[in-house]
Amino acid sequence: MNFPILSSLILLPIVGALFLFFTKDKEGNNSTAKYVALFTTVVNFLISIYLWISFDQSTSSFQFVEDRVWIEGFINYKVGVDGISILFIILTTFITPICIISVNNSVKNRLRDFLIAILIMESFMIGVFCALDLVVFYLFFEAGLIPMFLIIGIWGGERRVYSAFKFFLYTLLGSVLMLVAIISIYWITGTTDVVQLYEIGIDVKYQNLLWLAFFSSFAVKTPMWPVHTWLPDAHVEAPTAGSVLLAAILLKMAGYGFIRFSLGLFPIASEVFTPLIYTLSVIAIIFTSLIALMQEDMKKLIAYSSVAHMGFVTLGIFTLQQQGIEGSIIQMISHGLVSAALFLTVGVVYDRMHSRLISTYGGLVSVIPKYSILFMLFALASLGLPGTSGFIGEFLILMGAFKDNFLVAVIASIGVILGAAYMLWLYKRVIFGKLINKDLKTILDLNRSEYFILSCLAAPILFFGFYPDPLINTIEVSVTDLINMHNTNIASK
Amino acid sequence: MENLNLVLPEIFISLSIMFLLILGVFKKNSSKITFNLSLFTILITAIITLNETFSVSRETLFNESVVIDSMSSLMKIITLIGGFLVLVISSSYLKTFKIYNIEYPVLILSSILGMMVMISSNDLIVFYMGLELQSLALYVLATYNRDQLKSSEAGLKYFVLSALSSGLLLYGCSLVYGFSGSTNFDIISNQLNSNEYVLTFGIVFILVGLAFKISAVPFHMWAPDVYEGSPTTVTLFFTIVPKIAALTVFIRFLYVPFLNLIDQWQMIIIFLSIASMVFGAVAAIGQTNIKRLIAYSSIGHIGYTLAGLATASNEGIQSSIIYISIYVVMNLALFSCLLMLRRKDQYYENIEDLSGLSKNHPLLSLCLLVILFSLAGIPPLAGFFAKFYVFKAVLEQSMFFLAIVGLLSTVVAAFYYLRIIKIIYFDKEKDKYDTDHSLWLKFSLTVSTILILLYFIFPSQLIEVVSRINII
Repeated sequence: MNFPILSSLILLPIVGALFLFFTKDKEGNNSTAKYVALFTTVVNFLISIYLWISFDQSTSSFQFVEDRVWIEGFINYKVGVDGISILFIILTTFITPICIISVNNSVKNRLRDFLIAILIMESFMIGVFCALDLVVFYLFFEAGLIPMFLIIGIWGGERRVYSAFKFFLYTLLGSVLMLVAIISIYWITGTTDVVQLYEIGIDVKYQNLLWLAFFSSFAVKTPMWPVHTWLPDAHVEAPTAGSVLLAAILLKMAGYGFIRFSLGLFPIASEVFTPLIYTLSVIAIIFTSLIALMQEDMKKLIAYSSVAHMGFVTLGIFTLQQQGIEGSIIQMISHGLVSAALFLTVGVVYDRMHSRLISTYGGLVSVIPKYSILFMLFALASLGLPGTSGFIGEFLILMGAFKDNFLVAVIASIGVILGAAYMLWLYKRVIFGKLINKDLKTILDLNRSEYFILSCLAAPILFFGFYPDPLINTIEVSVTDLINMHNTNIASK
Repeated sequence: MENLNLVLPEIFISLSIMFLLILGVFKKNSSKITFNLSLFTILITAIITLNETFSVSRETLFNESVVIDSMSSLMKIITLIGGFLVLVISSSYLKTFKIYNIEYPVLILSSILGMMVMISSNDLIVFYMGLELQSLALYVLATYNRDQLKSSEAGLKYFVLSALSSGLLLYGCSLVYGFSGSTNFDIISNQLNSNEYVLTFGIVFILVGLAFKISAVPFHMWAPDVYEGSPTTVTLFFTIVPKIAALTVFIRFLYVPFLNLIDQWQMIIIFLSIASMVFGAVAAIGQTNIKRLIAYSSIGHIGYTLAGLATASNEGIQSSIIYISIYVVMNLALFSCLLMLRRKDQYYENIEDLSGLSKNHPLLSLCLLVILFSLAGIPPLAGFFAKFYVFKAVLEQSMFFLAIVGLLSTVVAAFYYLRIIKIIYFDKEKDKYDTDHSLWLKFSLTVSTILILLYFIFPSQLIEVVSRINII
């Protein structure tokens, strides 16, 4: 076996966190802690880039696999990546250093603890994306609740306690049923190893119930309508860095879970429940877009837009078409970048004005032009303008949807228009118009670090918007194989 | 001639008790030396028992009324370790209340002796004798802080209710004896057949009595009051050590004499389990006193252990034993934290007193964080694995209802654990607590927290030890 590169990706943030834990927490001068955290995450990012470079795009089998006995005769610690998961790992390692740079102003007290929480969170998230054993996956999936609960609860806004509890209990409630399903799969098939399960397949008579149990967990995490209500609360109350992590990565765990587990393990049930997913996705797209239109709080608006975008993702996954699934993955990556950027842009003005209400702002373009330009780019990427990564994802999803179900595709396309409506209206109210609020006259434009992180996010959004080939090449073989496997499974039964 | 070596731990511990009593009577100010000697006694007993584990597979003594097997050895060792740690972290608490007397270690030793007899019993009479020995010692321990009204009340309440349950148990035993003609478990097992209608009553009476002892719903009424009123170190003792012994007896009763009557008792155990899990979770929400809260939480945890027992499989029994072992560690850690909440010779035990603890005592709060998340069963902490094994065994028998209810009640239970974490981490801070704790207290907290935190790295070891236990 070669160097355990995936385990080192998982462990490195924990080592960094341990190092921080043993350093003295000096009030006011925490720059060292920040540099340590930044260094750890940047190194992790570089390792993941190396992983991408040495990744073989021509095969769909799992690579960099590590397989160790963990509980004798029961669970193996098995990790590995394929074309689908590698992009999420890179997204995670890319977003985390950005979060760490962005904590400059938003976190006032206990910066060191905050950084530790973020680092531990990172390692759990990477673990989720490369776990190849259901129990290992569940462990990472659930363990992420602890740091996120603390991030929202300790460093959040006014209603942080309520939001943290809601987030924790909602997600836990969804997940326990998945645990029942995982153990049942073990008793049905005798293994929890995903690769083996792909080969053996699961008996058709169990598939529907098991699919529903997994669905209950992923639907809460995605979040799908009608169990999305924790998301606006959690987003609004979390500190900026927490919102970024939530929107950019945590929500993607569920989308990834749908592709890897729901589609991969339960092909027949996925076919059976496609209408359910379509209905919920379409409702999410239309309904939450309408809700987003009516929001007065910027963060809440973006949170609802996340629900709508994730509606596209679930729609795309269950079209069970090549384009649909590829589109969903790219949409998730793109949404990871764009929503992170949008939360950071909101964070920028929030740090200065301490208000998230849209009505506080207006006419910002004349005082802070740099900010306005970047905000425009992200808003346009969010609504899916051609030339941004948001367009590629939505376009492919709709293409897949038109192949599969015309009506659903048409309704979803209306959602695109609504998306444009709320985003542009938000932009108009915040950036254009008359400068009424006098406090805004003295507001400062982006400082260097803010400018840096927002450009870091803008670059891949534009790059992949014009040239999505690197993404598509990476995922293509794996997705083709997944669909082939799915079709043979359907055909054989 | 019987091989008395096999009961050497019991013989040694009873001789030590007598010696310590004599020492305490004739030597003045001997509390310190009694404490140390009893610690020493427990240690030696543990070593003897450990030695036994490796040399014996299954042996019976005294007309097969005492049995020594891998389960009895393991449970005795857990009991002894639990007793040792309780005794070792008690002293500073007892000194504060000026009850640092020789009786305390002697009583703890006698109750441990009773439990060891219970654990090894293979006969109704031997079992009952052990049970009464441990109960009588526990009644006195509950009232140990006799200047406080609450402690006396707790002891009296415990005495009355526990005596009632012992009565029920004895009545059940006599019914079983009447139908089988023997008090020996193995003979009963052969004699019983499920056609005897009245026999069900005997089983029910015995199960009710045992459910009383482990405080399973609906026989839990005494637990919150007794836990709250007793001195904190005694509460710690109550929450861990007697449960281990009672659980072992539970396993023995269900799977040796009553194995053929599984249809009769399985529903009862499932009911006890579900009721305890749900009630423990719901009733703990409104509590303001930590000890009361722990009482309800321990009721819930007993529910999970019973879920393992309800499966009627070796896997289930093993998972229950793993559960109770991890639960012992978690409770020990939690109580070590509780004993650290001391300010100028006063101990604090309301949840409100934890408010903002993380600002003044970051390390202590971190430990509490780990312990509480573990109690709530969140991975990757030890508490999750405990639940995981239990539900794995439950689902093997396709008992989906039990598994789903159990897991849903963990979500409810998570709420009250989260509430404590919220108070520790999110609320306003209060005055600092003293930090000059005894070394043993710090030691037990650190070790148990590390065990909880890092259990996931080496989960196989515990399984390996427990997998030797094959009752059925």
